[in-house]
Amino acid sequence: MLAAAQKDEKKDQALKNLVGHPQTGRDCPFTLLNSPISHTQYPYVTGTSVLGIKYKDGVLLASDMGGSYGSTLRYKSVQRLKPIGKHTLLGAGGEISDFQEIVRYLDELILYDNMWDDGNSLGPKEVHNYLNRLMYNRRNKFNPLWNTLVLGGVKNGQKYLGTVNMIGVHYEENHVATGFGNHLARPIFRDEWHEDMTFEEGVKLLEKCMLVLLYRDRSAVNKLQIAKITEEGATISEPYAIKTHWELEAFKNPATGAVGSW
Amino acid sequence: MDMDWMNAPHSMGTTIIGVTYNGGVVLGADSRTSTGMYVANRASDKITQLTDNVYLCRSGSAADSQVVSDYVRYFLHQHIIQLGQPATVKVTANLIRLLSYNNKNTLETGLIVGGWDKYEGGSIYGVPLGGTMLQLPFAIGGSGSSYLYGFLDQAWKEGMSKDEAEALVVKSVSLAIARDGASGGVVRTVVINSEGVTRNFYPGDKLPLWHEELPLRNSLLEEASSEAEPMHP
Repeated sequence: MLAAAQKDEKKDQALKNLVGHPQTGRDCPFTLLNSPISHTQYPYVTGTSVLGIKYKDGVLLASDMGGSYGSTLRYKSVQRLKPIGKHTLLGAGGEISDFQEIVRYLDELILYDNMWDDGNSLGPKEVHNYLNRLMYNRRNKFNPLWNTLVLGGVKNGQKYLGTVNMIGVHYEENHVATGFGNHLARPIFRDEWHEDMTFEEGVKLLEKCMLVLLYRDRSAVNKLQIAKITEEGATISEPYAIKTHWELEAFKNPATGAVGSW
Repeated sequence: MDMDWMNAPHSMGTTIIGVTYNGGVVLGADSRTSTGMYVANRASDKITQLTDNVYLCRSGSAADSQVVSDYVRYFLHQHIIQLGQPATVKVTANLIRLLSYNNKNTLETGLIVGGWDKYEGGSIYGVPLGGTMLQLPFAIGGSGSSYLYGFLDQAWKEGMSKDEAEALVVKSVSLAIARDGASGGVVRTVVINSEGVTRNFYPGDKLPLWHEELPLRNSLLEEASSEAEPMHP
């Protein structure tokens, strides 16, 4: 009787000592389970906003190259925009390791599609649908891929831009944004986006939004890439940085009107 | 209550670093393994060999990092038998990534893979918590790395020589040890290039002194250097 009680205590102690994370369930060996397995998760290395707009010749995507580790801006050269096959571009915010895995799934999908060698190729609509199924199924198993994805592409003259996130919410639009971009960039898009923008107009609009994000999003870094997809194919720009503006008179002595304030 | 440290898992608080230079890589680490507040091992070797030409810097849970490195060494060995030539650093890093990513809910270990192969020369891959894999010109990890971001932002330069790279690694780990309670002991380095592998050992008393640190001496009764005056009866 006493031996059994001691054994239970040892099991409890062992369970408590398992390395765990602040989440609703934790993985542990089957032999120590007292309740059903549940996963959920916890993001570690994360990317911030991705922006996307349709323009005259196709779709433009923009993101920075930051990989944050909590509040630390740990990695500053992370590629968050990737070409998928000939017709699509994918951008991601959220956990970078999950994005890297998604790109591997998609590369495999495109490979098998090419191996049919039948002249057909997966377009952005199909890739978006695949990703939606992937993300939603993982969500149903309480083991999500912790990302918000932006998918843009052109096929047979048809422009496509959509988004799908970790809980499976998905839609198409003329302009999309993830993360902080939802709050800061989309209002600017609603005001300034119009049908058939030129490439230059599109880039200027995206850069305007990226600048706002640089000022107001703590996890933004000043190293951006803009990606373009047209009927001809996909191009991702070299990383570059944009100028920020600090020479406003009001910034030089902000507390003049109210000493001690900020 | 107070006895919690006896049951706390072995964690290598740690400072680990890997740096590329023109010709190869230099890996560096401290040597402290702690169980809660107690230093379980003051001379650990956190730079583990995976193959002749690829090494791994381990941080976080000692158990998790050891088991991951053991699995990868086992898989790599079989891969090499089949391949018929030395493994590449990229393949090794991807094996590390697979284990870290697919077991992300159970594992708590941040790793740096460094080595030399005939295709890419020297390369460094960081595999932090979660299983992201990133090829980098240099990588830092462990609790001590927090104190090195600013230092390396300033001190890191492209195209260093082997000696410059090793000096930078030793200086970095030494600075981290000065401020991180979870890092300490000796600085170990491993240099990997086309000629082979060299292990170096820098004991605590051979490291530079930083702010508020005093020169070491045998006793109050003896001199350390010309600045200190020994006490006399």
